[in-house]
Amino acid sequence: MKHLDVAAIKDGSVIDHIDSKSTLKVTEILNIQNEEQVVLVGMNLTSKFLGKKGIIKIEGKIIDQKEANKIALIAPNATVNIIKDYEVVKKFQIVVPEIIEGIVKCFNPNCVSNYNNIKAKQHVVNKKPIKLQCHYCERIMSTKDIVLI
Amino acid sequence: MVSFKNRDIISIRHFNKEELLYILDLARRMDLVDHTDMLRGKVLASLFFEPSTRTRLSFESAMKRLGGMVIGFAEPGVTSAAKGESLSDSVRIIEGYCDIIVLRHYLEGSAQLAADVVEIPIINAGDGANQHPTQTFLDLYTIQKTKGTLEGLTIGFLGDLKYGRTVHSLAYALAYFGAEMYFVSPPSLRLPADFLETLKDRKVKCYEHESLAGISKRLDVIYCTRIQKERFADPIEFEKVRGVYRLSKTTLEEFGIKDDLKVLHPLPRVDEMDDSLDATDFAVYFHQARNGVPIRKALLAAVLGAIE
Repeated sequence: MKHLDVAAIKDGSVIDHIDSKSTLKVTEILNIQNEEQVVLVGMNLTSKFLGKKGIIKIEGKIIDQKEANKIALIAPNATVNIIKDYEVVKKFQIVVPEIIEGIVKCFNPNCVSNYNNIKAKQHVVNKKPIKLQCHYCERIMSTKDIVLI
Repeated sequence: MVSFKNRDIISIRHFNKEELLYILDLARRMDLVDHTDMLRGKVLASLFFEPSTRTRLSFESAMKRLGGMVIGFAEPGVTSAAKGESLSDSVRIIEGYCDIIVLRHYLEGSAQLAADVVEIPIINAGDGANQHPTQTFLDLYTIQKTKGTLEGLTIGFLGDLKYGRTVHSLAYALAYFGAEMYFVSPPSLRLPADFLETLKDRKVKCYEHESLAGISKRLDVIYCTRIQKERFADPIEFEKVRGVYRLSKTTLEEFGIKDDLKVLHPLPRVDEMDDSLDATDFAVYFHQARNGVPIRKALLAAVLGAIE
């Protein structure tokens, strides 16, 4: 029988192949920390592709594609497995969305989105390499400029 | 078919070449009529959170010449912003008093924010160092009128290219017309790297220099800008670049220029452009300022649906 580093869940979602260092940030972005049901988090697990990976298993919650895409900037290689009665019934990859909201801080200190509790919003103008354009001040951020909120 | 009815005028990036030319053509028609009543009964709210002379007064003049009315303020000290009211709340409230808002604000992206929270059209009259689209329309109009075309020109941008929003908007628009661009500035005021990359992505031939020497003979237009003291957090940094360029009749002749060169400046000028240029055929900046009225008449009439 296959040994699992992180215990199986009966029904829910498994986010796999997360860049290990980003695992806790993923729980933040998807607001998993406030779940009431069982949440299992594994970090620094062995991965053929990533070297070390993170995994998150959430009992009783189905994550849809739109919600999962929120983590595209920090976990672009992640996959989501939907589990029903211990079986994988659906599997999908993260897709970089057209618009990113409330995740990345605009790097322009004079941007209106850094004032008055305005939700930061960027348009994805290039997916590989990632380039984001602020919805408000129009400045373009590349990977080196990206700071998560 | 081009239509500007109920559209926000936030950024020059939101308009294609056909739309830019449509407004220039409309401005030409507006230039031929002084007063009309096509906007009778319409109210413009002119909200200036930053100082302005030309933009504010030319918008007010344009609205009144079209038969409309103007309310508003010229500095935020007299408004609820001074009590800490957010921009979103201010524009939501003012929306109930007018048909269109013209907004200038020191924060970049403020016009887009306003457009996102109100139903009536917003015209951006300058948002920090970002965009000033109506200035770009009048700059294009001036170039087209004085050079006879917008196609294939060689333009030199001089001065504060980092914070100069008029430069960013105009360079973006001229990219539609196959312009070749020379960006001349001190190293600390170079065009933002992301913007330069945007131009290169659009296949614009663009070059950076620290002086006009050696390139001035190639230029059809020089777009000179003021080094803006108000954008510098550190006064020492401002002093380092203050007065670094001073265009005069003599300096232009020394550098060598085309006979039909035109010099534009969004004004106000401080010491970057000498009075000796004013009487020459190169100087078109006072005409440029005057062109603010027909351009803003065209935009107001088009956005408020008086012209289809």
